Amino acid sequence: MTDTLTPVLTANWDQPDSFTLAGYSRTGGYKALPKALAMEPDDVIATVKNSVLRGRGGAGFPTGMKWSFIPQNDGKPHYLTVNADESEPGTCKDIPLMMANPHVLIEGIIITCYAIRASHAFIYVRGEVLHVIRRLQYAVAQAYEAGYLGKDILGTGFDLDLVVHAGAGAYICGEETALLTSLEGYRGLPRNRPPFPAVEGLYASPTVINNVESISSVPSIIANGPTWFSGLGTEKSKGYGIFSLSGHVKHPGQYEAPLGITLRELIDLAGGMLRPGHPLKFWTPGGSSTPLLTREHLDIPLDFEGVGAAGSMLGTRALQLFDTTTCVLRAALRWTEFYQHESCGKCTPCREGTYWLVRAVERLESGKGSDEDLETILDVGNNIVGRAFCALGDAAPVPISSAIKYFRDEIIQHQKHGGCPFDPAASTAWAV
Amino acid sequence: MPFSEDTLTRLKADAAEITGRYPRARSALLPLLYLVQSEEGYVSDDGMAFCAEVLGITQTEVRGVATFYTMYKHEPAAEYQVGVCINTTCAIMGGDQIYAELAGHVAGAPGHEDAEHGDALGGTSDHGDIKSPDGKVALERLECNAACDYAPVVMVNWEFFDNQTPASARELVDKLRAGENVAPTRGPSRLCTWKQANRILAGFGDGQAADGPSAGPASLVGLKLAKEHGWRAPGAGESHHDSEAAGGSVEPSSAQPPRSDKETS
Repeated sequence: MTDTLTPVLTANWDQPDSFTLAGYSRTGGYKALPKALAMEPDDVIATVKNSVLRGRGGAGFPTGMKWSFIPQNDGKPHYLTVNADESEPGTCKDIPLMMANPHVLIEGIIITCYAIRASHAFIYVRGEVLHVIRRLQYAVAQAYEAGYLGKDILGTGFDLDLVVHAGAGAYICGEETALLTSLEGYRGLPRNRPPFPAVEGLYASPTVINNVESISSVPSIIANGPTWFSGLGTEKSKGYGIFSLSGHVKHPGQYEAPLGITLRELIDLAGGMLRPGHPLKFWTPGGSSTPLLTREHLDIPLDFEGVGAAGSMLGTRALQLFDTTTCVLRAALRWTEFYQHESCGKCTPCREGTYWLVRAVERLESGKGSDEDLETILDVGNNIVGRAFCALGDAAPVPISSAIKYFRDEIIQHQKHGGCPFDPAASTAWAV
Repeated sequence: MPFSEDTLTRLKADAAEITGRYPRARSALLPLLYLVQSEEGYVSDDGMAFCAEVLGITQTEVRGVATFYTMYKHEPAAEYQVGVCINTTCAIMGGDQIYAELAGHVAGAPGHEDAEHGDALGGTSDHGDIKSPDGKVALERLECNAACDYAPVVMVNWEFFDNQTPASARELVDKLRAGENVAPTRGPSRLCTWKQANRILAGFGDGQAADGPSAGPASLVGLKLAKEHGWRAPGAGESHHDSEAAGGSVEPSSAQPPRSDKETS
């Protein structure tokens, strides 16, 4: 039977030099690289396909399959772009991963580029994390010095250049086509799909875009084999992943476990909820874009299928936990404001819809709302979802619509109470 | 003010290095904007003209990009940009209170402190920075900075100050204004200035990468627990799991998850 926690990507984070080439190499790093370079590129793709690794950035698309969409012998340059723009509210796994273990990402990048025949790769990292950017720059420089990057890597004739590219504060750039537009030096607006990036991505050339954790999982799959990876997790959600607990829990932080662990198990591991007498009220399974769940859902398996069956999405395994001191409307309003703030303005449903959603949710929160506002919110939401240009718009109504689904009575209480019945001071980290 | 000849020469050399990283020069626009921001503390008209000249595009094209991204300032920034995360988790864990108290403290006027839970200050919409009278510190509201397990979080010049309280945040601002060194929780032992930070964002390291811890305490909770229980990924021992180097006396164990009877529901 598999252990409860299975540290792989996090296994060396407690080493004082885990972020250095020496530290990473001492704990088995850069062992998968020569193995991969001795394989045919197509066999590397097949290995990752057979592991059934699904994208760790939220959508869960099979990584190997994404790679296999890159046309070969097309005479065009191919690119790998790592999506390190981690900005989804609640999501906090890639940032500590790149701070503590940037070389596992770099080793994954080299293997991936070899497989998809790319000779130029980019790490598009959000700009607001200076020390992570320092660590990435340092690790890339060390990898060049060691001959893992640059010309004729390990004498195989394979060349690769890797650039650390800092974003500049725009959540939309986590959307893969907006990321590409931004990396090309423009405003980060999403593009139509098709054509998909695998065919026309960066500079209209075939491009793979993968999340940090997806690419970082590749070395362990090459080193240990696809059946090792697929032997972990559940039937359709294979492998391990980092689960990030935050909010009202005793020991928030990173827990790396096979997919399928439950929130009840994770809360137990984290020492229970923060305060006695204040149990869990609502939570996000994978960031603010995934519908809220409640204490009814403590025992669902946290895999793609289990969370989907409960009416939400696994997303980025960003488990934000809120206890009974928290006003769900206050939480939903703040997330709704976030989507309004981050809407790029390209399409009307999202640009206008997020604005009007905020107005209606504000009215409810201030106690001046009416039942009509509830209907307006659901109606505006229905007019954004499926009509917006990209997933940001689809996500915008999610927090408030799921809050209405589970907490309609509490929301109506705001009207009767003439404002929020909760004391915000009671839900702070320092409240007793 | 237009750049001096010496400055231009220096900036042009840096710009050439930046554009050289990319298959197409236009990709260099974001780092070039950081470069000019590192020179002046903000993206000025002269800075935009410089970027336009380097890339052979119009100033309007540069402005269109510079105004899209929130990390570019359009008026001189303070030496220390203090950002309080007011996205949901941090806000609820106390970020709203920290922001409300700091707003009055930085401005030197207590008027802001009645902002009950941040909403009185307008939610997440942009209201511009609140500057201290000496211009050393500016306060702004930030969206999620990917450190939710350290909530509430304050960033200074994009370095992490984890697990803040209203008192610790006030002390932080006071030290910055007094010119005392403060060390980020996960970062170098000395905080760099706003201009220096922008130079790193442009891709020029400051040699401080090895400073600070590999990971903060919350990043390590799962690993620590796994080591205590002897949990590990099966068969990955040879390549990716190294308990000996960690100095831990980890015994393989069949220990079950700690089934506490703590209330979790």
